[in-house]
Amino acid sequence: MTAHYLVLSGLLFAIGAMGVLIRRNAIVVFMCVELMLNACNLAFVTFARQNGNLEGQIIAFFVMVVAAAEVVVGLAIIVTIFRTRRSASVDDANLLKY
Amino acid sequence: MESPVEIVQHTAGGVIGVSWLMIAFPLLGAAILLILGRKTDRWGHLLGVAMSLASFVVAVLAFFELLGLSAEQRRQAVHLYEFIPGMADMGLLIDPLSISFALLITGVGSLIHIYSIGYMSHDPDRRRFFSYLNLFVAAMLLLVLADNYLGLFIGWEGVGLASYLLIGFWQFKPSAAVAAKKAFVVNRVGDFGLLVGMFIMWSATGTFAFAELSEKAGGLSQPMVTAIGLLLLLGACGKSAQLPLQSWLLDAMEGPTPVSALIHAATMVTAGVYLVVRSGAFFFPEGSPQALAVAIVGAATLLAGAIIGCAKDDIKKGLAGSTMSQIGYMMLGAGLGPAGYAFAIGHLITHGFFKADMFLGAGSVMHGMNDEVDMRKYGALRKYMPITFVTFMVGYLAIIGFPLLSGYFTKDGIIETAVEHNQVLGWLAVIGAGITGFYMSRMIFMTFFGEKRWAEDAHPHESPTVMTVPLIILSIGSIFLGGYLILSNRLMLWLAPAVGRPEELPQFHFASTPGLATLALVAVGAAYAWMKYGRAEVPAVQPRGSFLTTFARRDLYGDALNESLFMRPGQWLTRIAVFFDNRGIDGVVNGLAAGIGGTSGRLRRIQTGFARTYALSILIGAALLTGALLLVGNI
Amino acid sequence: MGETITFWVLAVVSAGAALGMVFNRKAVYSALMLGTVMLCLAVMYAVQDAPFLAAVQIIVYTGAVMMLFLFVLMLVGVDSSDSLVETLKGQRFWAAIAAIGFAVLIIVAVGNAVFAPQAGLEAAVGPAGYIRSLALLLFTKYVFAFEITSALLITAALGAMVLAHRERLTEKATQKDLSRARFLGDRPSPLPGPGTYARNNAIDMPALLPDGSVAEDSVNRYIARYDVEQGHLPEDPRLAEAIQHKAEEDSK
Repeated sequence: MTAHYLVLSGLLFAIGAMGVLIRRNAIVVFMCVELMLNACNLAFVTFARQNGNLEGQIIAFFVMVVAAAEVVVGLAIIVTIFRTRRSASVDDANLLKY
Repeated sequence: MESPVEIVQHTAGGVIGVSWLMIAFPLLGAAILLILGRKTDRWGHLLGVAMSLASFVVAVLAFFELLGLSAEQRRQAVHLYEFIPGMADMGLLIDPLSISFALLITGVGSLIHIYSIGYMSHDPDRRRFFSYLNLFVAAMLLLVLADNYLGLFIGWEGVGLASYLLIGFWQFKPSAAVAAKKAFVVNRVGDFGLLVGMFIMWSATGTFAFAELSEKAGGLSQPMVTAIGLLLLLGACGKSAQLPLQSWLLDAMEGPTPVSALIHAATMVTAGVYLVVRSGAFFFPEGSPQALAVAIVGAATLLAGAIIGCAKDDIKKGLAGSTMSQIGYMMLGAGLGPAGYAFAIGHLITHGFFKADMFLGAGSVMHGMNDEVDMRKYGALRKYMPITFVTFMVGYLAIIGFPLLSGYFTKDGIIETAVEHNQVLGWLAVIGAGITGFYMSRMIFMTFFGEKRWAEDAHPHESPTVMTVPLIILSIGSIFLGGYLILSNRLMLWLAPAVGRPEELPQFHFASTPGLATLALVAVGAAYAWMKYGRAEVPAVQPRGSFLTTFARRDLYGDALNESLFMRPGQWLTRIAVFFDNRGIDGVVNGLAAGIGGTSGRLRRIQTGFARTYALSILIGAALLTGALLLVGNI
Repeated sequence: MGETITFWVLAVVSAGAALGMVFNRKAVYSALMLGTVMLCLAVMYAVQDAPFLAAVQIIVYTGAVMMLFLFVLMLVGVDSSDSLVETLKGQRFWAAIAAIGFAVLIIVAVGNAVFAPQAGLEAAVGPAGYIRSLALLLFTKYVFAFEITSALLITAALGAMVLAHRERLTEKATQKDLSRARFLGDRPSPLPGPGTYARNNAIDMPALLPDGSVAEDSVNRYIARYDVEQGHLPEDPRLAEAIQHKAEEDSK
């Protein structure tokens, strides 16, 4: 079963990555990032069972904590940007360039 | 032959002990005038004159103190301070040679300072002029008083600087600026010789001091001495406008006339003679090839200068050619060894008087003729400028060697000694004297005799007293000084402690063969000049001359020679270097820079500012990395 | 067998929901899809002997994080939907290539790997029990990381507050100030109430003034806009014109 879980994890990760690349709404992009993190967590949990080792679950737990912190700050940034630019599109914030 | 006496350290606290004041006074004057600038415009010239006179007083006092010493004590070294620790000390050497020069420089210099008050009275920059003159006097005194070659070299460069500044004093005139630059550059060639000579001297003996050199020079090998001597001669040629470095002197007449009198006739240009005479005991032993080279250079230059002088219509350039020629006599004398030194120095001193006299006389004429220098626009001035005329006549008679005047004794001394030592050079000098008689007479006739050929707005008048008094003093010196110095060998005995003297004192012959021949040739030259320029009418426009005349007018094609030999190849070399630099080095460097710039200009377009583009590249990179790991690590 | 069935059901649902999340134009739907994926994953954790993580997944992710997402979505504007036009040239193509390539790589890697039989967590858990074992690890070996995460969370909370905070630049207006401003302005009186025609919803119907003219201000501009967007305009052209005018004002 391990292989199944891992393939699903990889699939979800790839879908999340694609979403990051093609969506322009910053909130949706953020959701896709969360999806990628969740996919990783699935792989960790799977490996924990595969190897008979609880530490994979511990790492997944830490990932969740960090993700929570990241979401808080990231969404605050999005709100701030939206407040000043009236737009949540990631393409609109493109002044930092050549 | 008697050698120079040993140099002794000065211990008694006399005027000699403070002889550095001679240099300090004019240096202080120059510093004050230059630093305070326009604030001193009103009284600056007076300060300049006072400083020069103070220096003269010190020189006179030192002279009399030296007179009071016995012959063995007459070379007094005054240690001043350690100049370069462990290498060179700075000190002054007060001996008959240097004090003679110091008297000439400060004496004639002071007279010219006084004369300049009147001559430069209409110039708004008179204060600057006096500061440069003071600077010159200080540098020249350092040159002749230093007791080592290093100090001499500093003075040497100092007078070069002062000469540059004064030739280019009217720097708004392009010709003056160019002439100053030319003098500077040509002098660099000579200075280079002097410098290299000093390098060899240092590496061979480890000292620059005259006192130590007199002991160590004897131990040097013959080729070494010859090399040093020839290099010093090159330096002397540069400073004294001798062949082949003569070209700058004629152009140097762009400077104000007192400058021409002081620097380019009486003092600075004689520094080369001083150098040869001073180094005589070490590097120019009698009969050596380098001493012969000095004599040959002198003989060649005395003829070249005389020929140039024949064709010049510019009164100052005529006098400049004459200066070249007379310094040629001095060099010839200096090349003959101790027998000629006294006559060379004697001629140098009398020449300092009568040439300064004539230059200042020419300046007086120009002063009265609206700064006109073309002799073809003069004529019949003797009635309008009687004092100038008389003093100029005295100088003229002295320079052509009219019997019993100054030039007669000194020049005749050189000629006779030369004939004794070297027949060819001696008789060339006789011919030179004949030519001198011609061109100086031509100058006199064109300027003071004949018809008026003035410009319409010319109102010639006698110059003010402040200008004529120096003329009178100088002309008195021009009359009596020569006889006083040469008859009964006063100068030779006086200089003997410093430069040595022949065992047998020469006897002055009033009716020797060369002397009579000289007089005859001078008479012929003067008569020919009278026929051509005195009796006949002088054309107001320069006629097309023969080949010889053109040759002389063009300064014997000296400039053309320099141009084609040195300037053109130099320019080509520069152009090639510039081309190589522009196309080759700059091409590579600029191409590299442009390439990097262009590449980065394109590369920076990758930074689009879109976060999604960056994310895409991150994902692609991660995918490639994973793929690579899979391939390599076989995960 | 039970696990296999569970897996396949959850895998299909979660992958489909993930795709739906990526390709749905409306952000709210995306959020709901993401919630679905997370719930599926929570179940998978539970199936894979990780009940603690399953609980945390539901509480933290589905509960807190997803709520935060929805909250921000409401704040930013729930009805705004993405435009379908891709502005970056080749972005979609290359994104698809990279994502598919990455997925294929992982599938190939996993497919090539040979797995030992699952070790199971029984040995790791030991006699102390699952939660105690987890706690033992967390508070002994990983206690430093744990404390760091607490610092991180506090920092994040502070950061969110700082970022979302807006400094008050002027004094808060008191009732007195408001009253004064009202009387200094154009209209000291309250706005006119909407009309009361019985045939229509009274609140979106402009009132008529005593002289018979239409009082535009009597209709709320949001309502006017809604009416224009939905086509609920009154028949009377004068009233309809007033509502449209109001809606235009709102959209400015």
